[in-house]
Amino acid sequence: MKSFKNHISLVIALVSILFSLQIFTIVDRAINAYKENLAKNYSLVVVSQKTFQSKEMLNKINQLAAIEELSPDSVIKKLNTGISKKNIQLLKLTLPKFYKFKLKIYPTPAELQKIKKQLLKYPYITKVETFSNTHDTTYKLLLLFKNVISVLAVSILLVTILLIFKELRIWQFKHNERMNIMGLFGAPTWLRSAVLFRLSIVDALIAFGISFVIFSYFASSSWVSEQFANIGISVVVFDKIYDSLIMLGVSVIVSILLASFIVLGHKEEV
Amino acid sequence: MDKVIIAENLSLAYSKDETIINKANFSIDSGSFVFITGASGSGKSTLLKSLYGALKPVEGSLVVGGVELRGVANSKLNFLRKHLGIVFQDYKLVKEWTIEKNIMLPLIINGYEKSITQSQVDSLLKHVRLKHQSGKYPLELSGGEQQRVAMARALAHNPILILADEPTGNLDDYSSQLIWNLLEGANEQLKTTVIVVTHHIPEAMKVEYKHYHIEFGDIHEVV
Ligand SMILES: Nc1ncnc2c1ncn2[C@@H]1O[C@H](COP(=O)(O)OP(=O)(O)O)[C@@H](O)[C@H]1O
Ligand SMILES: [Mg+2]
Repeated sequence: MKSFKNHISLVIALVSILFSLQIFTIVDRAINAYKENLAKNYSLVVVSQKTFQSKEMLNKINQLAAIEELSPDSVIKKLNTGISKKNIQLLKLTLPKFYKFKLKIYPTPAELQKIKKQLLKYPYITKVETFSNTHDTTYKLLLLFKNVISVLAVSILLVTILLIFKELRIWQFKHNERMNIMGLFGAPTWLRSAVLFRLSIVDALIAFGISFVIFSYFASSSWVSEQFANIGISVVVFDKIYDSLIMLGVSVIVSILLASFIVLGHKEEV
Repeated sequence: MDKVIIAENLSLAYSKDETIINKANFSIDSGSFVFITGASGSGKSTLLKSLYGALKPVEGSLVVGGVELRGVANSKLNFLRKHLGIVFQDYKLVKEWTIEKNIMLPLIINGYEKSITQSQVDSLLKHVRLKHQSGKYPLELSGGEQQRVAMARALAHNPILILADEPTGNLDDYSSQLIWNLLEGANEQLKTTVIVVTHHIPEAMKVEYKHYHIEFGDIHEVV
């Protein structure tokens, strides 16, 4: 019970840091995946007076992923009331060409404007439809979502850090006595602080273990993957190697930093 | 005879306004048994603090075990402290450690082997009659028992100098006798220098002892 109490406060603080970090990572990944998804479904429509070389255009504007010519047949079909085959051929020649431009990324409104301007520089391109209203709304929503989550994660982080600094005084007080006594018997600094560092590393490992179990569970939970599937994306919730290493690193570094604060703040009382 | 402590013009103070010990001169022979008396608040504990380097002299010179303590470096002070056995007036036991671990502390710091450490601690626990309490924590013991733990810890590593601040202050006659016997034993058998602050010098102490008295910031020998 006694040792449980010794550990709990730092472990909780560390777990909440790891939580806000990982949630932030997941949201970031989800938004990127969603953007990719949007990019796939999003395209510009370009009206041109003549056929042009897709390859050349793709080389010039590097945000472009693919160019697809839209067949005018469907338009013509609608007009297809008593027009002769010959006239249809003629119509086809005089009609401008329609192209669908696919993008590699989901552009910001500014990027979109830039691409549009670039395209309009070509004399034969007469119109570029960006569907900017829908695009901008979607983009702003995405941004809003990301900002809300970021603010939330940063708030959790700040509150945790405040809590840690409050706890730091208590830890300092608690460890000072032992370090003081050890010092009176001639223990060098490393030995005096060994217990503290061992304790903080153990706490870091416990916090990492707890977070690992929880996020592994999230990652394997069908409910979580369903939520992402519902918006048409799949997200790596918890990379057992990459994310683990980062979590472990953050946990150990934060707690060693705290222990160092205590050791550096230690002064022998008279 | 070798001097384990030499104080020349030694002044001690916690602040500039008040000097607790004022230009004292004394020396203590290696292997001697010394009593220090004085009224409450006269500066007995303060003097001991200076001897283990917790309170640095503001004036004069203080050499303990060959180490000048005025402006001493930490590493040198640690080296000296390893060879001291201190019984603090407020015991200073580590609350979160068992009695056994507390007594082990100087042995660990001095790098004793595990097996030696264990047998030494067992024998000390027997000497201070606390064998049955070894797994308890300091706050689970009475004041007198804690004082005996502090005594055992001070003796654990066969120090060259024992500094004991009212080591029988909380003890009944029987336990007090136990403590005096231990201090006498260390002094006679191991030639350990012993300095004891006390209000009451036992009549039956057979050792040849020196007696210093602290009064008005001065330390003088009582003959
Ligand atoms: N840590 C301290 N800070 C300031 N003054 C102290 C401190 N410890 C003791 N004093 C003062 O020094 C004087 C001597 O105290 P002390 O050496 O503890 O007396 P005693 O002879 O009873 O052991 C007292 O007046 C006490 O108030
Ligand atoms: Mg005192």
